[in-house]
Amino acid sequence: MKTLLLAGMASLLAIPLMADEIPRTATGKPDFSGTYDVKTITPLERARQSGDSAVIKPEDAENYSNRVKAGNKANDNRVLDPNRAAPPEGGDGSPGAAGNVGGYNRFWIDNGEEFTKVDGEYPTSIVYDPPNGRRPGWTQKAIERFGELRNYWRKNTGRAWWLDEDLPGPSDHPEFLTLSDRCLLGFSSTGGPPMLPALYNNIKRVVQSENTLMILIEMVHDARIIRIGGEHAPDDVRKWLGDSIGWWEGDTLVVDTTNFNDTPALGMATRDLRVVERFTMTDDDNMLYDFTVSDPNVWKDKWSGKYNWPKTESQLYEYACHEGNYSIQGMLKGAREAEKAWYAEQTAQTESGE
Amino acid sequence: MRLKTVKPFTTSIQSLCVSLTMLTLIVVGLSGCATLQEYFQGVGAVGEVAQAVEEATQVKGKSEELDVNSGIKRIPGTNHPDLNGIWQAINTANYNVERHLAAPALLTVEGPRGPVPHFKVVAMGAVGSVPGGLGVIKDGQMIPYKPEAAEQREENRANWADRDPEVKCYLPGVPRANYMPFPFQIVQGEDSFFIAYEYAGAVRDVFFDDPGEAPIDSWMGQSVGKWEGDTLVVTVTAQVDTTWFDRSGNHHSAAMVVTERWTPKGPNHIHYEATIDDPETFTEPWTIEMPLYRRMEENLILMDFKCVQFVEELLYGQWRRESVQPEE
Repeated sequence: MKTLLLAGMASLLAIPLMADEIPRTATGKPDFSGTYDVKTITPLERARQSGDSAVIKPEDAENYSNRVKAGNKANDNRVLDPNRAAPPEGGDGSPGAAGNVGGYNRFWIDNGEEFTKVDGEYPTSIVYDPPNGRRPGWTQKAIERFGELRNYWRKNTGRAWWLDEDLPGPSDHPEFLTLSDRCLLGFSSTGGPPMLPALYNNIKRVVQSENTLMILIEMVHDARIIRIGGEHAPDDVRKWLGDSIGWWEGDTLVVDTTNFNDTPALGMATRDLRVVERFTMTDDDNMLYDFTVSDPNVWKDKWSGKYNWPKTESQLYEYACHEGNYSIQGMLKGAREAEKAWYAEQTAQTESGE
Repeated sequence: MRLKTVKPFTTSIQSLCVSLTMLTLIVVGLSGCATLQEYFQGVGAVGEVAQAVEEATQVKGKSEELDVNSGIKRIPGTNHPDLNGIWQAINTANYNVERHLAAPALLTVEGPRGPVPHFKVVAMGAVGSVPGGLGVIKDGQMIPYKPEAAEQREENRANWADRDPEVKCYLPGVPRANYMPFPFQIVQGEDSFFIAYEYAGAVRDVFFDDPGEAPIDSWMGQSVGKWEGDTLVVTVTAQVDTTWFDRSGNHHSAAMVVTERWTPKGPNHIHYEATIDDPETFTEPWTIEMPLYRRMEENLILMDFKCVQFVEELLYGQWRRESVQPEE
């Protein structure tokens, strides 16, 4: 019925009739509008255990996916004792996002249970170029920069270690905390570009007009507005998600993004980041998302990835992050308390030494 | 937008429209040209001319479809007005939706001859002062507060700097988002209507299939839309009670239902109305109205205004390891 209707409209508008099965707008352009959930257990880079395999056998993908589902279901049904004791002082040793004092339980995590399916196969990684499924090496400049930064990432033992070493501390200022802690951008490049799957909140809402494609990123309610047929803003106009323009190549919308500020969503990237994305509907309910990243300050070469965006019946809910952000205070105050304890310890040592 | 292919018709129909309006204003009580067009639609000569011109323009390209009566573009494949673009209100409603005189500051103390700026804002000088305005409430009314809600408003004003959610870069809620001094962009498809606000990156996705009661309240609420002719009617529910209407402490409860009416009055302006129904706060519903103007600059884009980072010093500065402020 839909095809018939489209055929009728297409002939009225003298647009060549498309024989394919993708949704189209009244003017015959591929219609991307809809709501997508991009969560997947396919990793960005090929895991060691995948060896040289670019794809997972369908039966292996299914088995692994079933194991993940069973594990999640068991976790979801686990009853927590409301009278359980607080985590032990110094942490319970658990790893993960909130680590050591007990992180999120499974309920909050929504990172998918399926491998992404591209061209009928299950790739072992989102990255497909270089063909080893891993991003190219860092430039010398990047190695030096990240070496310096890494010095500030220590295990939190509650001690103001930065005073031991007379260094700046990781929580000296709100500006030292991560962009996602500060509610400026979501983590894991969920808003990108490139837009990558994250631990949770993977919904993307797409609204399309004749000359605009808007992608709303669930976390943190960032609307990417892509001007189809537009030109880039002047070079000194810099934006958190960059400046995006698009054009059609057949039924693929190609989007070029430049003009990033100093800290794009993609980890480690700089203001010289450039991302070229290719959006292609593959049927009524699936879109292939393909991207190429280049940043001469970070990677020795450009790299590309792709994964499937399936539509979802779910609706996107407001992710008002800053409005409920009590954690920044907590982190800063915690660091100040640790410093007080450090100074108290010094004083006690000096006094006992005298 | 581009009228050149239909200009002769548009001009003549517009002037016809104007003269007829003047006549009909008295006779039928119709108040505007758009209403008059509705009156004439499908009843005679104007409708036929319109159809002929519409057919002529279709040859040029479907995406340039125009309503010849008003110059309003239509979304291809639908008969809905095309409101795509960047818009902005130009008024003082964000200072105060009620009629108000110019004032020295948003936060004042009593001086010997009336209010003077509070020390918290005195450094702002004239930049921190308040321009006067005739208000945006329909028929020049003031807000029909219940007595205790009116007291609350006065208390809010006295504590403006601590309480106005805009000071902390919180999401503004509806209707305030629409008349803040920032542009916003409408992205509209065949069955979608999305608003991206420059201020704080606030967003609204208008549902056309009512998903039912929102699962929980949110800062921008849940918007459900339907077209009534050329008017988009949006019902906004489930907003938290923390948002304000303006910088003057005008407030509401979580029971508030806002009914917006977005009506294009030509290619470049929208008549915007919002009826506020909140029996917990007001004795009766009240309505604001204002024009929204299309921003005409070529190559205009929404800029980033992620003010979250601009308020970190205000919200968290006291817990820095060392202050970044100069010593007094």
